Amino acid sequence: MTLASPDRRRPDAPSRRGTPLTWLRSGGLTRLAFALPMILVFAIFSWTPIVRSVVMSFQRTNLLTPAEWVGLDNFEAVLNDPLLGTAVVNTLYFAALALVMGFPIPILMAVLMSEVKRGKGIYSALAYLPVVVPPVVAVLLWKVFYDASPDGVFNTMLGWFGIGPQPWLQSPDMAMPSLVIEATWAAAGGSIIIYLAALLSVPPELYDAAEVDGASIWRKAWHVTLPQLRGVIFVMLILQILATAQIFLEPFLFTGGGPNNSTVTVLLLIYRYAFQNSLGGNYGMATALSVMLALFLAVLSFVYFRLTNRWSQS
Amino acid sequence: MMSIGRRTTVAGVSLAAGAMLLTACSSGEGGETASSSDAGGSTIELRVATFPPGADAAAYEAFATQEAQFEEANPDIDVIGVEYEWTGPTFAVQLAGGSLPDVFTVPFTDSKTLLENGQLMDVTDEIEALGYTDSFNPVILDGVTGADGHVYGFPRQAYAMGLHYNRALFEDAGLDPDDPPATWDEVREAAKAITEATGKAGYAQMAINNTGGWQLTAQTVARGGRTQVDDGDGTYTSTINNAGTKATLQFLHDVTWVDDAFGYKVDLDWGTINQEFAAGNIGMYTSGSDVYTALVRDFGMDPDQYGLTVMPLEGEEPGTLGGGDIAVVSPTVDDATKAAAVKWIDWYYMQKLMNEDAAVADAQALAAADQAVGTPVLPVLSRELYEQSQEWIADYVNVPVDQMAPFTDRIWDQTPVGEPKGKTQEIYALLDPVVQAVLTDEDADIDALLTQADVDAQALLDQ
Repeated sequence: MTLASPDRRRPDAPSRRGTPLTWLRSGGLTRLAFALPMILVFAIFSWTPIVRSVVMSFQRTNLLTPAEWVGLDNFEAVLNDPLLGTAVVNTLYFAALALVMGFPIPILMAVLMSEVKRGKGIYSALAYLPVVVPPVVAVLLWKVFYDASPDGVFNTMLGWFGIGPQPWLQSPDMAMPSLVIEATWAAAGGSIIIYLAALLSVPPELYDAAEVDGASIWRKAWHVTLPQLRGVIFVMLILQILATAQIFLEPFLFTGGGPNNSTVTVLLLIYRYAFQNSLGGNYGMATALSVMLALFLAVLSFVYFRLTNRWSQS
Repeated sequence: MMSIGRRTTVAGVSLAAGAMLLTACSSGEGGETASSSDAGGSTIELRVATFPPGADAAAYEAFATQEAQFEEANPDIDVIGVEYEWTGPTFAVQLAGGSLPDVFTVPFTDSKTLLENGQLMDVTDEIEALGYTDSFNPVILDGVTGADGHVYGFPRQAYAMGLHYNRALFEDAGLDPDDPPATWDEVREAAKAITEATGKAGYAQMAINNTGGWQLTAQTVARGGRTQVDDGDGTYTSTINNAGTKATLQFLHDVTWVDDAFGYKVDLDWGTINQEFAAGNIGMYTSGSDVYTALVRDFGMDPDQYGLTVMPLEGEEPGTLGGGDIAVVSPTVDDATKAAAVKWIDWYYMQKLMNEDAAVADAQALAAADQAVGTPVLPVLSRELYEQSQEWIADYVNVPVDQMAPFTDRIWDQTPVGEPKGKTQEIYALLDPVVQAVLTDEDADIDALLTQADVDAQALLDQ
């Protein structure tokens, strides 16, 4: 293929973009035909529900009788709900616990596993196994493990070390940490695999050089591995923050938000608005809070990427 | 590089795929309508609620027998049984999405809200044509009558709250299962004895998914309190902060923290408490008098272990909270389907309450499939008709009647009290955390909890 000369290309370019005929001749219709099925699928299953829920946040409806416009009433009602504060604090608590417990563990495991010389595949498979278990099954299994009686699985194990039975999910203080432990177990496998893949891209010369300099395994991890993984870590961090802000499955299945509202999260509150006292449901309040959450997360992601962009590239 | 001709072909295929997808979506909707009714054809397909998911095969056998009997008498109606369980969360979306059966049942508590929301079909003319509007217990019929005076459903079954107990655990604890507790103090003593002897929960109570508020209300009524006053002008006043509710919470606190007899689970609802009780892990709990069927059919309880007595009553003007459900027609069906639905409701739910042949046929079909016949309920029609119907089916009764005698002998002496009408489920939901607080915090301030709940409930009622 030969390059067109600059003076021929410039005058043509605007007219190519502007005329429908040239667009048609250059295969625009074919491109559109290729994209159409995907556009339709997105429009029907993604964009329409998003637009509909934004509209619904300004309405009062029971999905049967005609919807009624109520302006910002739904937003006002959500902001005046005393449970919103509890839900936000609980969600932040979950996110903080998940960061403290759940974020370093996969990195640590991945670094340790990458150091293993033999049977790396077995360790990867074992680490990934919890991800294979369907989430609902995993939660219901853990619910059995968390049985608060002295015969419960975890309480029996604690008993071996002379520790008395714990109330786990039955106590407002312990319920949230119990949820985080299960969530960490369930999600760690996926993160480990991603970190392991990222570790493969670290040039081995860096380790060789560090070894020649007499660096220990921890110094290598700190000075070589972590800086090299920085980009992946930043992405994983924002993904985890977004996921924890939308935590629903664990509180819904483990505790239903109890005991005493200690595990009500923002998403569970949205669910409660829409469905718990349903019979016509407060879909307006549910979608209003959903819109607020989505906007908050969008702003958070934008700020986060602006802040971390320079660091991850440097 | 792909040639232009080939590119066009692939693009054509993509377009065709998109078109097929759209066709699939639209034909799905069409299919739904066709299955729900077929007014133009010779037979009408009628989708009716059967049992909650998890019911055993024998229940379906009994249903199949009844379905065949009905279709023989009504050859123009094709009955299609649909698994169904009333759940508030999914009701509105199922209704909007068209996946509800044409005939289903809803609890009394929700019927008022539903009919006010326009979510139930008006059946005034049909129920009058059948000629038994006047036979209903007026208090019960009031629950399905709208502000416009129209009737929106057929009350088909009612229950009173009772104290269910495990006879085997009573014996293990050295208690007499034929002489169950008659006061709340005796309940505490029995619970303590059971836990000490067996390590099982002597007493348990529902606390989540609105059932905590439901049972708190039931026990408040049993202690002479009321959680709400009907002002008679469409408004309600919350009276949650009353002596009965306080005494109930104090009782729960003492069973849990003083007697250590509550067990370990504070996160039980209607289904899970039945499951735990059927598995022999709970000595006593309160629930509707009709749960025997579910305990045995859905949770495999050994009938010999089951015992039922009335709620202990205390205080001034105590009563027993009642409830029940109504058979209703989906508001979205056409006239032909509605007529078929009313025929089915009359045949399947109502005739056995007032007609000897229907009562016997129903009991026969259930008994043949080893399903519970004779579970204690309250009459939706008159007491005389109910007692008469019990005589008709006496030969088929297969529940342990003697073990339910402490309930059936005394229930008529108790005053039935309806559930609070204003924002019933919302206020039950509000009371769940109050019950949970007492069960999980030894130092819970009951007065402060009740003061706050009362303010929150009134705010809901004033909306």
